[in-house]
This record gives sequence, C-alpha cells and structure tokens, in this order.
Amino acid sequence: MRQAVALYLHVHQPYRIRHYTVFDSGTDHNYFDAAYEDRTSNEQILRKVVEKSYLPTNACLLKLLEENPEFRFSLSITGTIIEQLERWSPETLESFKRLTDTGRVEILGETYHHSLAFFYSRPEFETQVAMHAQKIQETFGQTPQVFRNTELAYNNDLAYWAEQAGYKGVLAEGWDPILGWRSPNYVYQPAYTDHIRLLMKNYRLSDDVAFRFGDHNWSEWPLTADKFAHWLSADGDATNINLFMDYETFGEHQWDDSGIFSFLENLPLEWMKTGGHGFMTLSEVIDAFEPVDRVDMPQTVTWADTERDLSAWLGNPMQATSINALYGLEEKIIGTGDWALIEDWRRLQTSDHFYYMCTKWFNDGDIHAYFSPYETPYEAHMNFMNVYRDLQFRLAEKGIEL
Amino acid sequence: MLGWELPPYNSGGLGVACYQLCKALSGQGVDIEFVLPYLADHEIDFMTITAAHPQDVSQVIRTGIAYDSYKYVLENGDETWLNIHDQQRLYEDAVARLAEEREFDIVHAHDWLTFRAALRLKALRNCPIVLHVHSVESDRAGSQHGNPAVREIEAIALQMADQIVAVSRHTKRAIMRDYGIPSDKIKVVHNSIDASRFAQLDSDNAYRYLSFMKQQGYGVVVNVGRLTIQKGLPNLLRAAQKVVAARPKTLLLIVGSGEQYYELIELAAELGISANVLFTDFQRGKRWRDAFAVGDLFVLPSVSEPFGLTPLEAIGYGTPALISKQSGVSEILNNCLKVDYWDIDEMANQIVGALNSPALRDELWRGSYEEYQHLSWSTAGQKINDIYGKQLTEMAA
Repeated sequence: MRQAVALYLHVHQPYRIRHYTVFDSGTDHNYFDAAYEDRTSNEQILRKVVEKSYLPTNACLLKLLEENPEFRFSLSITGTIIEQLERWSPETLESFKRLTDTGRVEILGETYHHSLAFFYSRPEFETQVAMHAQKIQETFGQTPQVFRNTELAYNNDLAYWAEQAGYKGVLAEGWDPILGWRSPNYVYQPAYTDHIRLLMKNYRLSDDVAFRFGDHNWSEWPLTADKFAHWLSADGDATNINLFMDYETFGEHQWDDSGIFSFLENLPLEWMKTGGHGFMTLSEVIDAFEPVDRVDMPQTVTWADTERDLSAWLGNPMQATSINALYGLEEKIIGTGDWALIEDWRRLQTSDHFYYMCTKWFNDGDIHAYFSPYETPYEAHMNFMNVYRDLQFRLAEKGIEL
Repeated sequence: MLGWELPPYNSGGLGVACYQLCKALSGQGVDIEFVLPYLADHEIDFMTITAAHPQDVSQVIRTGIAYDSYKYVLENGDETWLNIHDQQRLYEDAVARLAEEREFDIVHAHDWLTFRAALRLKALRNCPIVLHVHSVESDRAGSQHGNPAVREIEAIALQMADQIVAVSRHTKRAIMRDYGIPSDKIKVVHNSIDASRFAQLDSDNAYRYLSFMKQQGYGVVVNVGRLTIQKGLPNLLRAAQKVVAARPKTLLLIVGSGEQYYELIELAAELGISANVLFTDFQRGKRWRDAFAVGDLFVLPSVSEPFGLTPLEAIGYGTPALISKQSGVSEILNNCLKVDYWDIDEMANQIVGALNSPALRDELWRGSYEEYQHLSWSTAGQKINDIYGKQLTEMAA
C-alpha cells in the first residue's frame, strides 16, 4: 500500500449536571441524574444519540468491515460513555464490540473521564489514563498503543509523557502555524523524544466531512464520495491522510437526511478503486512509514475553534475559577478514600462542563450553544459551582478542614 | 389611588409600600379604590381593587421588574408584548374611561408610570392630585441622567402636582435637584414596616449549605433585591473580594433577579470569588424569608436608594444591617453600619469587622430591633391623611 487513509473516530458523552441550585447544595448529592424529560437528562440524550448515530453508524461500519478485508479504522471511546452504554443501551456496546472483534479496529488511549487533568494534576491524569486502559481491556480486550489527549490538547510535554508511558504514537491537530509549509499527510516525530511518533489531523479534509458536509451554502455542496475520494488523491506524495472526527458526525452532527450514511458507505469503495490506496489503523501507519521531520509544539494546541487552543474550555474567568476550584479539592477528595465522592469529583472534570460555560460568540448562538443542554453559559457555571459547594459540604461533613 | 403593582404581584418594594400605606389609610377611615394595570386576585378586603385594562386582557404575566416590557396572554392564547410606554398610555386611557363612572375627591398616584393618568384626571375633573414619589429616574439609573422620556413625564407631572410626597429626604432632595421643585411643595413621608405582617420562620432553614457552613466557622453576608444598577451590587462584589482575602471563610448570598444577573455572575468569576458567592435568582416565601435569617450581616450597597425596605426586613428576621449612606432608610435607622457606596475598602473593612465580632453584631441587631418595633405605617398613614384634608380644604376655599 502506497497511500493510506487513517480514519479515527472519537466516541464520548459526558455526565451532564442537572439543574442544581443553591437549595440542593448540602441537601441532595445527586448531580447527574435529571428527570428523563429534562434537557439535561443523560439517559434521554444517550438514547437519542444511540438511535440517530451510534447504531446506524456501527451497522454501516460493520458492513464495510465484513465486505472489505482491506478496510480498517481507529476509535477512541471514553470511560463515561462506556458506562452510560452499559447502563442504558448494552446492545449498542455489543455493536461496538462486534466492530473491534474483527481485529481491524484499533482503540486509542485517553483519560477515562475525558478531562483536562494533564494540565492540572499529573497524578490524577495518570490515574485516569490507567482507569481507561483497564476499562478498554475489560470491555474490548485491547491495550491502547496510541494516545490521544482530551480535545486533542497537545504540547511537547504530552509527547514526552506519552513516550515515557510506553505509547508508540500520539495525536495532534495539524495546525498551520505549527506545520508551516509542511503537510499533515506524513508521520512526524515530536521534538525532544526518541521513538514516539506524531500523527496530525488533516483538518481541512476532516472538517469537510465533520462540519461542512450538510451545509447547503458551501460551494462544494453536495459532497459525494467520489468527489471526496478525488480530493484525498490530490496529494500524490502523501503517505497517510489523517481523518479525525467525532463519531457523532454520522447521524448527529450531520443528520441522516444529509446523505452522510451513504457517503460513509461509499467513500472507502471509491478511495480503494485506485491501486495503492488503502486504509490503516493508526498503529499500522506508525509501523509502515518513517517520520519525515520533527515537530516542536511548546504551546498547547487543540482541535477546537479558530484559535485551536484551550480557550473554549478555559478562556473566560467563569471557566478558570470553576476548574481551579475543582482541582483545588484534589488532595482532600482523594484523601477521603470515599469512592462515590471521588467518582463524582472525577465526573466533574469532564471537559464538556467547562465548554458549556464558554462565552465566545455566545451571542451568535453558534456551535457552542448547539451542544449545550443549558440555556446560557452562566447557568452552566452556577450549576457547577453549586455542585462544587456540595462537594465542600461532603468534605466538611467528614470533618475535613476546608 | 393609581398604582402599578400590589403584592403578591409586586416586583419589589413599591407594591409593598402601596399595600401597607393603603391598609393604614383604610384603617383611618379613607375609602380607597386602587386602580392597577392588570387583573389579578390580591385577596385584599380593606379597599376596592380595579383593573384598568381592556377587556381582552385576561391575564398579565409579570416578567422581571416594573421597568421591563410586559407580556400579555390574550384570551385566545396569543401573546403580545408591550413596552413600558405603550403600557403607560393604555393605562392612562383606561383610567380616563373609568373615571367617567366614578365618584372621588382626590387622586393619589404612585411613581411616574401612573403620573400621566393622574394629570389626565386633573384635566377632566379638576380634582387635586397627590403624586407619591418612591423613586425618581436618576435613582433608577444609578445616579445617571436616565431616560429623557421618563424625565419629561416626571418634570411636567411634578410641576402640575398639587402636592408631592417623597419617601425620604434623599428623594426630596433629588426632586428639588432634578426638577427644580420648591421645597415646601414636597412632604417627606418615610416608608415603614409592619412587623405583624411577617410570616414566622420555622426551625429548618432552606439554605442548608449555608447553615452547615456557618457551623464550620463561615460568615454569611446577604443581599436581597433587584439586580439592577441603582442597587450597587458590583461594589459589594468588589468589597467581597477584599473580605474573602482577609477572611477566606466568608460566603455571600445574592437573592434576586434583574438585568445585571449575568454580569454579576461573570464579575464574581473575574474577581476569583465564584466559590464564595451564591446566586439564587428571584425567591418568594420561605426561601425569601430564610435568606434574611441565614445571614450574619445584611448589606444594602445601593448607589441611590429612595427608601430601601430590605434592611428593615433583615432586622425583623434577626440579622443586623450595613447600609449605604445614599439610602433613604439610613434617615430613620440609627443602629446599623453605614458606608458610602463608593468606598469599597471601608465596606470591606466593616463587613470583616462585623463578621469577626459577634458582640458587635448582637449589639447592632438589638438596637436596630428596638427601632424597628417602633416603626409603624399608621404614622405614615396619618401624615397622608393630613395631606388629603389640607387639599380638600383648599379646594373648598
């Protein structure tokens, strides 16, 4: 195989905080179980996403795997979504297992709780990565070889950490200011490392599918599988074209009636029509191709917004105070050995909570608002802080000095 | 009597003051018909309550504050929004129609929203009009110039009034300053409080977190009110930042809603005190009462407050108060801490001082509760009754 498409899909759902008021603090320690009909009901949202996205996408991918021995892809799936599937939709979890049972679907490593712990507490981060690896082993019988940090948040330190932790590869956004004239369609090596590899998202091609596919105002609409396969072929020297996107792209961000499923079904066939074109998992890409250059990324880059930084999660004071307050409790919470309390604290670390507090372009009602179950970022912040105070309450109840 | 709201459909102190005043007047033999811009059951038996509004308005849903737009739900289920000026015109026309079939000696109107209607009645019937000023536009605009359209109404109406009643000397000064009205045309009748009206607290406070944290050595500072510019809450948050720095175990409870809600939440985050500031949104009943009770100190940081009933309510529920010198209530309340609203350092200093000294708080509360018990609406009612008598005598002469 001369050129491989490395398709990598990310599966995640958070535990959204229910409407939690001042009057709940100190009274009710249930933060995440809203009534089924509420906007913040995790069960309701999960069932909706299962129907619209996970089940039809899994069926489509399984068919592709069964009919095309060459087809393969990679997957990341968080601990919080696995738990929710176990609880509310075990048949969907089974359908994911059928994909990995083919032996041609690789699962990546990440934090169990989809957190930003790497930037706040290294011990906590390592615990969550270990929890995730164990969950993946138990559920899918795999041990992750390639690491992706939450929101693809990456810097040199992360690469160094991942190398020390024994991973063969790590993922990042293929952001132009970092790559300069270079193309994301090759294997790279992170600066200051010896053998770990860096795979960078081709965000233009990835976002053509993930964001622009159903946009009728886009000059390229409608995007067909053969047209996209043609674009994939444009760079004749490329070794690996990294298409990274959310799993929910299929059926949730792009609805069924946009034609996204027939696109997914036909793309691999169109791409493989040409000799030398194939698919690889991320580990296979790393094994097959030598790195062409070193990439130095001292500052943190993510896959979100035009800034490609952490500002969607930590950019305003509400976000910063919330996350600082939360990690400020680490030592006391861990010290209790109370697993229910520790688990609640970990669920609050999920990056989505901070994303809901984002005020960038809030007035435009854009993508941030679309993905939030709260009416405003302020409401998200207040719910979070009321829960935070209940954590304090539980600590104080145990006689721990605040 | 022309008014804009009565409890339990009030957005703040205006409705409560009207209710209490009318109750006292009624007890002194005054026959009152109170005309409101909406239809609702108030369960009031001491006066007649009339809805001025057109027939097709079956229900008015009061949203936010008295100075917002109003949403009407019509009988057929349609919704319509009227801004405050449309609203005021509607009221004026309806009151004028109503007057054709009514007998009355005197018109007593509360705040600018009803002033045009009062002027219309004066023109139609040549009766004396008493304009009762609970706040002027510069108060509501936080000492800024405010809305010129509102100022125009206030200016003309106050010039035309036979008698003006101001709820404090603070308000009287504002009327003289803003509208050039001579001092002798304005009588100060302070608002008061009716201790017997207070519902009793029960043993279980609704703010369980705060009650618990107080046992852990935390001090609780409370504010209850509309989150609007005249109330000066950004200064209280800035003071709270200094308080928290000096005394980390401090919590600030802010009860209310208003256009500054989100701004204040964001400001608390910017100041790094989100964990110490609790916002509850608008509350009534037990949660409203318990907010006063759970505090160690009530703070009224108003930039410009014509009267300010909430510190008295706090005292009634057992909590001493720190009030801004720019409030009308500071004219009648001595046993409390007082500070200029702009003096954030001093505000922080006094809050920390009070939180750290149970003896000071006890003494403040004991003294202020004594003052509180002597307050009575019947005094205010008597003063208003005297004004009526004087107006009617002048009319006859």
